[in-house]
Amino acid sequence: MHRFANPARFLRIAKPLTPALFWSGLLLTVAACLWGIFYTPTERLMGDTVKIIFVHVPAAWLGMGGWSGIAIASIVQLVWRHPLAGVAARAIAVPGATFAAICLLTGSIWGRPTWGTWWVWDGRLTSMLVLFFLYLGYIALSNASSDKGDTSRVAAVFGVIGAINIPIINRSVIWWESQHQKASITLGGSSIDDAYLVPLFVSVAGFSLLFGALVLMRMRAALAEIRIEARMRRMAEG
Amino acid sequence: MPHAPFIIASYAVTGVGMIWLVVSTYLHMRRAEASADALRDIS
Repeated sequence: MHRFANPARFLRIAKPLTPALFWSGLLLTVAACLWGIFYTPTERLMGDTVKIIFVHVPAAWLGMGGWSGIAIASIVQLVWRHPLAGVAARAIAVPGATFAAICLLTGSIWGRPTWGTWWVWDGRLTSMLVLFFLYLGYIALSNASSDKGDTSRVAAVFGVIGAINIPIINRSVIWWESQHQKASITLGGSSIDDAYLVPLFVSVAGFSLLFGALVLMRMRAALAEIRIEARMRRMAEG
Repeated sequence: MPHAPFIIASYAVTGVGMIWLVVSTYLHMRRAEASADALRDIS
Protein backbone atom coordinates (compact mmCIF):
# COMPACT_ATOMS: atom_id res chain seq x y z
CA MET A 1 0.00 0.00 0.00
CA HIS A 2 2.84 2.36 0.83
CA ARG A 3 4.10 1.87 -2.75
CA PHE A 4 1.53 4.55 -3.68
CA ALA A 5 2.42 6.79 -0.72
CA ASN A 6 4.66 8.84 -3.00
CA PRO A 7 2.44 11.55 -4.59
CA ALA A 8 4.63 11.65 -7.73
CA ARG A 9 4.16 7.91 -8.27
CA PHE A 10 0.44 8.26 -7.58
CA LEU A 11 0.15 11.10 -10.14
CA ARG A 12 1.93 9.01 -12.80
CA ILE A 13 -0.90 6.49 -12.47
CA ALA A 14 -3.75 8.96 -11.84
CA LYS A 15 -3.11 11.22 -14.85
CA PRO A 16 -3.78 8.62 -17.58
CA LEU A 17 -6.38 6.83 -15.43
CA THR A 18 -8.60 9.92 -14.96
CA PRO A 19 -9.73 10.35 -18.61
CA ALA A 20 -10.00 6.56 -19.06
CA LEU A 21 -12.38 6.27 -16.08
CA PHE A 22 -14.28 9.42 -17.07
CA TRP A 23 -14.97 8.59 -20.71
CA SER A 24 -15.79 4.91 -20.10
CA GLY A 25 -18.05 5.95 -17.20
CA LEU A 26 -19.82 8.60 -19.27
CA LEU A 27 -20.36 6.15 -22.14
CA LEU A 28 -21.82 3.45 -19.87
CA THR A 29 -23.98 5.94 -17.92
CA VAL A 30 -25.51 7.53 -21.03
CA ALA A 31 -26.05 4.09 -22.63
CA ALA A 32 -27.69 2.71 -19.48
CA CYS A 33 -29.98 5.75 -19.09
CA LEU A 34 -31.11 5.60 -22.74
CA TRP A 35 -31.59 1.82 -22.42
CA GLY A 36 -33.56 2.29 -19.21
CA ILE A 37 -35.80 5.07 -20.52
CA PHE A 38 -36.57 3.76 -24.00
CA TYR A 39 -36.00 -0.01 -24.05
CA THR A 40 -37.27 -1.37 -20.73
CA PRO A 41 -40.88 -2.51 -20.31
CA THR A 42 -43.46 -0.94 -18.00
CA GLU A 43 -43.52 -2.69 -14.62
CA ARG A 44 -46.76 -4.34 -13.44
CA LEU A 45 -47.04 -2.51 -10.08
CA MET A 46 -44.88 0.60 -10.45
CA GLY A 47 -45.80 1.32 -14.07
CA ASP A 48 -43.36 3.47 -16.01
CA THR A 49 -41.96 5.08 -12.83
CA VAL A 50 -39.67 2.04 -12.61
CA LYS A 51 -37.41 3.87 -15.09
CA ILE A 52 -36.28 6.12 -12.21
CA ILE A 53 -34.43 3.10 -10.79
CA PHE A 54 -31.55 3.64 -13.26
CA VAL A 55 -30.54 6.91 -11.59
CA HIS A 56 -31.89 6.41 -8.05
CA VAL A 57 -30.14 3.11 -7.23
CA PRO A 58 -26.64 4.10 -8.52
CA ALA A 59 -26.93 7.39 -6.57
CA ALA A 60 -27.88 5.48 -3.39
CA TRP A 61 -25.07 2.97 -3.94
CA LEU A 62 -22.48 5.70 -4.41
CA GLY A 63 -23.81 7.83 -1.54
CA MET A 64 -23.33 4.86 0.82
CA GLY A 65 -20.21 3.55 -0.94
CA GLY A 66 -18.66 7.02 -0.74
CA TRP A 67 -18.94 7.12 3.03
CA SER A 68 -17.57 3.56 3.25
CA GLY A 69 -14.59 4.83 1.24
CA ILE A 70 -14.17 7.79 3.61
CA ALA A 71 -14.25 5.44 6.62
CA ILE A 72 -11.66 3.05 5.11
CA ALA A 73 -9.36 5.90 4.02
CA SER A 74 -9.73 7.52 7.47
CA ILE A 75 -8.72 4.27 9.21
CA VAL A 76 -5.69 3.99 6.89
CA GLN A 77 -4.83 7.62 7.67
CA LEU A 78 -5.18 7.19 11.44
CA VAL A 79 -3.52 3.77 11.78
CA TRP A 80 -0.83 3.69 9.08
CA ARG A 81 -0.48 7.47 8.53
CA HIS A 82 -0.59 6.93 4.78
CA PRO A 83 -0.03 10.42 3.30
CA LEU A 84 -2.59 10.01 0.50
CA ALA A 85 -5.34 8.46 2.63
CA GLY A 86 -6.52 11.78 4.08
CA VAL A 87 -6.41 13.36 0.63
CA ALA A 88 -8.50 10.47 -0.75
CA ALA A 89 -11.07 10.71 2.06
CA ARG A 90 -11.52 14.44 1.50
CA ALA A 91 -11.73 13.94 -2.28
CA ILE A 92 -14.64 11.50 -1.82
CA ALA A 93 -16.73 13.86 0.36
CA VAL A 94 -18.25 16.26 -2.20
CA PRO A 95 -19.05 13.60 -4.85
CA GLY A 96 -20.50 11.39 -2.09
CA ALA A 97 -22.66 14.23 -0.77
CA THR A 98 -23.86 15.05 -4.29
CA PHE A 99 -24.88 11.44 -4.93
CA ALA A 100 -26.63 11.25 -1.54
CA ALA A 101 -28.56 14.42 -2.48
CA ILE A 102 -29.44 12.98 -5.92
CA CYS A 103 -30.64 9.79 -4.21
CA LEU A 104 -32.89 11.77 -1.83
CA LEU A 105 -34.31 13.98 -4.60
CA THR A 106 -34.95 11.20 -7.12
CA GLY A 107 -36.41 9.04 -4.34
CA SER A 108 -38.75 11.86 -3.37
CA ILE A 109 -39.81 12.35 -6.99
CA TRP A 110 -40.37 8.58 -7.28
CA GLY A 111 -42.34 8.51 -4.02
CA ARG A 112 -44.98 11.00 -5.17
CA PRO A 113 -46.62 8.82 -7.86
CA THR A 114 -45.99 5.45 -6.13
CA TRP A 115 -46.63 6.25 -2.43
CA GLY A 116 -48.75 9.37 -2.90
CA THR A 117 -46.33 11.54 -0.95
CA TRP A 118 -43.00 13.31 -1.52
CA TRP A 119 -41.57 12.29 1.87
CA VAL A 120 -42.18 10.03 4.87
CA TRP A 121 -40.11 9.99 8.06
CA ASP A 122 -39.41 6.28 7.97
CA GLY A 123 -36.16 4.48 8.73
CA ARG A 124 -34.71 4.30 5.21
CA LEU A 125 -35.42 7.87 4.14
CA THR A 126 -34.46 9.38 7.49
CA SER A 127 -31.16 7.45 7.75
CA MET A 128 -30.29 8.48 4.18
CA LEU A 129 -31.01 12.12 5.08
CA VAL A 130 -28.75 11.67 8.12
CA LEU A 131 -26.01 10.42 5.76
CA PHE A 132 -26.34 13.60 3.69
CA PHE A 133 -25.98 15.74 6.84
CA LEU A 134 -22.97 13.63 7.91
CA TYR A 135 -21.34 14.46 4.56
CA LEU A 136 -21.97 18.19 5.14
CA GLY A 137 -20.46 17.91 8.62
CA TYR A 138 -17.43 16.04 7.29
CA ILE A 139 -16.87 18.64 4.53
CA ALA A 140 -17.10 21.51 7.05
CA LEU A 141 -14.73 19.75 9.48
CA SER A 142 -12.12 18.85 6.85
CA ASN A 143 -12.20 22.39 5.38
CA ALA A 144 -11.86 23.98 8.81
CA SER A 145 -8.93 21.77 9.83
CA SER A 146 -7.10 22.10 6.48
CA ASP A 147 -7.11 25.90 6.94
CA LYS A 148 -4.91 25.33 9.97
CA GLY A 149 -2.57 23.16 7.94
CA ASP A 150 -2.92 19.97 9.98
CA THR A 151 -3.80 16.55 8.61
CA SER A 152 -7.48 16.73 9.65
CA ARG A 153 -7.41 13.94 12.23
CA VAL A 154 -10.71 15.22 13.66
CA ALA A 155 -12.36 14.77 10.26
CA ALA A 156 -10.83 11.26 10.02
CA VAL A 157 -12.27 10.28 13.41
CA PHE A 158 -15.64 11.72 12.32
CA GLY A 159 -15.38 9.67 9.10
CA VAL A 160 -14.89 6.45 11.07
CA ILE A 161 -17.65 7.15 13.63
CA GLY A 162 -20.11 8.22 10.89
CA ALA A 163 -19.76 4.79 9.26
CA ILE A 164 -22.15 3.42 11.93
CA ASN A 165 -24.95 4.92 9.77
CA ILE A 166 -24.15 2.69 6.75
CA PRO A 167 -25.43 -0.63 8.23
CA ILE A 168 -28.37 1.31 9.71
CA ILE A 169 -29.37 2.47 6.20
CA ASN A 170 -28.89 -1.04 4.86
CA ARG A 171 -30.96 -2.77 7.58
CA SER A 172 -33.54 0.02 8.07
CA VAL A 173 -36.18 -1.62 5.87
CA ILE A 174 -35.90 -4.82 7.94
CA TRP A 175 -35.71 -3.25 11.42
CA TRP A 176 -38.57 -0.76 10.96
CA GLU A 177 -41.86 -0.62 9.06
CA SER A 178 -41.11 1.27 5.87
CA GLN A 179 -42.81 2.56 2.74
CA HIS A 180 -39.56 1.72 0.99
CA GLN A 181 -39.39 -1.74 -0.52
CA LYS A 182 -37.11 -4.42 0.96
CA ALA A 183 -33.71 -5.09 -0.64
CA SER A 184 -34.22 -6.42 -4.18
CA ILE A 185 -30.57 -7.36 -4.73
CA THR A 186 -28.77 -9.36 -2.05
CA LEU A 187 -25.71 -11.62 -1.94
CA GLY A 188 -28.12 -14.56 -2.37
CA GLY A 189 -29.64 -13.29 -5.61
CA SER A 190 -32.02 -10.77 -7.10
CA SER A 191 -35.81 -10.44 -7.31
CA ILE A 192 -35.52 -7.98 -10.22
CA ASP A 193 -36.27 -9.23 -13.73
CA ASP A 194 -33.29 -9.33 -16.12
CA ALA A 195 -35.00 -6.73 -18.34
CA TYR A 196 -34.27 -4.18 -15.57
CA LEU A 197 -31.33 -5.87 -13.85
CA VAL A 198 -28.89 -5.79 -16.79
CA PRO A 199 -29.26 -2.04 -17.57
CA LEU A 200 -29.22 -1.36 -13.82
CA PHE A 201 -25.82 -3.06 -13.52
CA VAL A 202 -24.55 -1.09 -16.53
CA SER A 203 -25.81 2.11 -14.90
CA VAL A 204 -24.17 1.30 -11.53
CA ALA A 205 -20.90 0.47 -13.34
CA GLY A 206 -21.03 3.72 -15.35
CA PHE A 207 -21.80 5.96 -12.37
CA SER A 208 -19.10 4.16 -10.32
CA LEU A 209 -16.46 4.82 -13.00
CA LEU A 210 -17.50 8.49 -13.13
CA PHE A 211 -17.27 8.62 -9.33
CA GLY A 212 -13.74 7.17 -9.53
CA ALA A 213 -12.74 9.81 -12.12
CA LEU A 214 -14.15 12.60 -9.93
CA VAL A 215 -12.26 11.36 -6.87
CA LEU A 216 -9.01 11.20 -8.87
CA MET A 217 -9.58 14.74 -10.19
CA ARG A 218 -10.18 16.06 -6.68
CA MET A 219 -7.11 14.22 -5.36
CA ARG A 220 -4.99 15.74 -8.16
CA ALA A 221 -6.31 19.23 -7.28
CA ALA A 222 -5.58 18.68 -3.58
CA LEU A 223 -2.03 17.48 -4.32
CA ALA A 224 -1.43 20.51 -6.57
CA GLU A 225 -2.62 22.79 -3.75
CA ILE A 226 -0.24 21.06 -1.33
CA ARG A 227 2.61 21.62 -3.83
CA ILE A 228 1.66 25.33 -4.13
CA GLU A 229 1.55 25.73 -0.35
CA ALA A 230 4.93 24.03 0.10
CA ARG A 231 6.58 26.13 -2.63
CA MET A 232 5.12 29.38 -1.27
CA ARG A 233 6.45 28.49 2.17
CA ARG A 234 9.92 27.80 0.74
CA MET A 235 9.84 31.08 -1.23
CA ALA A 236 8.76 33.02 1.89
CA GLU A 237 11.65 31.48 3.84
CA GLY A 238 13.96 32.74 1.13
CA MET B 1 -45.84 7.41 -20.49
CA PRO B 2 -48.37 8.71 -17.92
CA HIS B 3 -45.67 9.56 -15.35
CA ALA B 4 -43.34 11.27 -17.81
CA PRO B 5 -42.99 14.51 -15.72
CA PHE B 6 -41.68 12.52 -12.74
CA ILE B 7 -39.27 10.50 -14.90
CA ILE B 8 -38.02 13.63 -16.69
CA ALA B 9 -37.61 15.44 -13.34
CA SER B 10 -35.55 12.54 -11.91
CA TYR B 11 -33.19 12.44 -14.88
CA ALA B 12 -32.98 16.25 -14.97
CA VAL B 13 -32.01 16.43 -11.27
CA THR B 14 -29.37 13.75 -11.83
CA GLY B 15 -28.07 15.43 -14.99
CA VAL B 16 -27.81 18.89 -13.40
CA GLY B 17 -26.11 17.45 -10.31
CA MET B 18 -23.62 15.44 -12.37
CA ILE B 19 -22.82 18.30 -14.78
CA TRP B 20 -22.23 20.71 -11.85
CA LEU B 21 -20.02 18.14 -10.10
CA VAL B 22 -17.96 17.26 -13.19
CA VAL B 23 -17.49 20.85 -14.42
CA SER B 24 -16.64 22.32 -10.99
CA THR B 25 -14.25 19.45 -10.20
CA TYR B 26 -12.52 19.65 -13.59
CA LEU B 27 -12.07 23.44 -13.41
CA HIS B 28 -10.78 23.20 -9.84
CA MET B 29 -8.24 20.56 -10.89
CA ARG B 30 -7.11 22.47 -13.99
CA ARG B 31 -6.66 25.74 -12.06
CA ALA B 32 -4.77 24.08 -9.20
CA GLU B 33 -2.44 22.13 -11.51
CA ALA B 34 -1.82 25.17 -13.74
CA SER B 35 -0.99 27.31 -10.69
CA ALA B 36 1.36 24.64 -9.30
CA ASP B 37 3.14 24.35 -12.68
CA ALA B 38 3.39 28.15 -13.08
CA LEU B 39 4.85 28.54 -9.59
CA ARG B 40 7.38 25.78 -10.28
CA ASP B 41 8.48 27.58 -13.48
CA ILE B 42 8.84 30.93 -11.65
CA SER B 43 10.97 29.50 -8.87
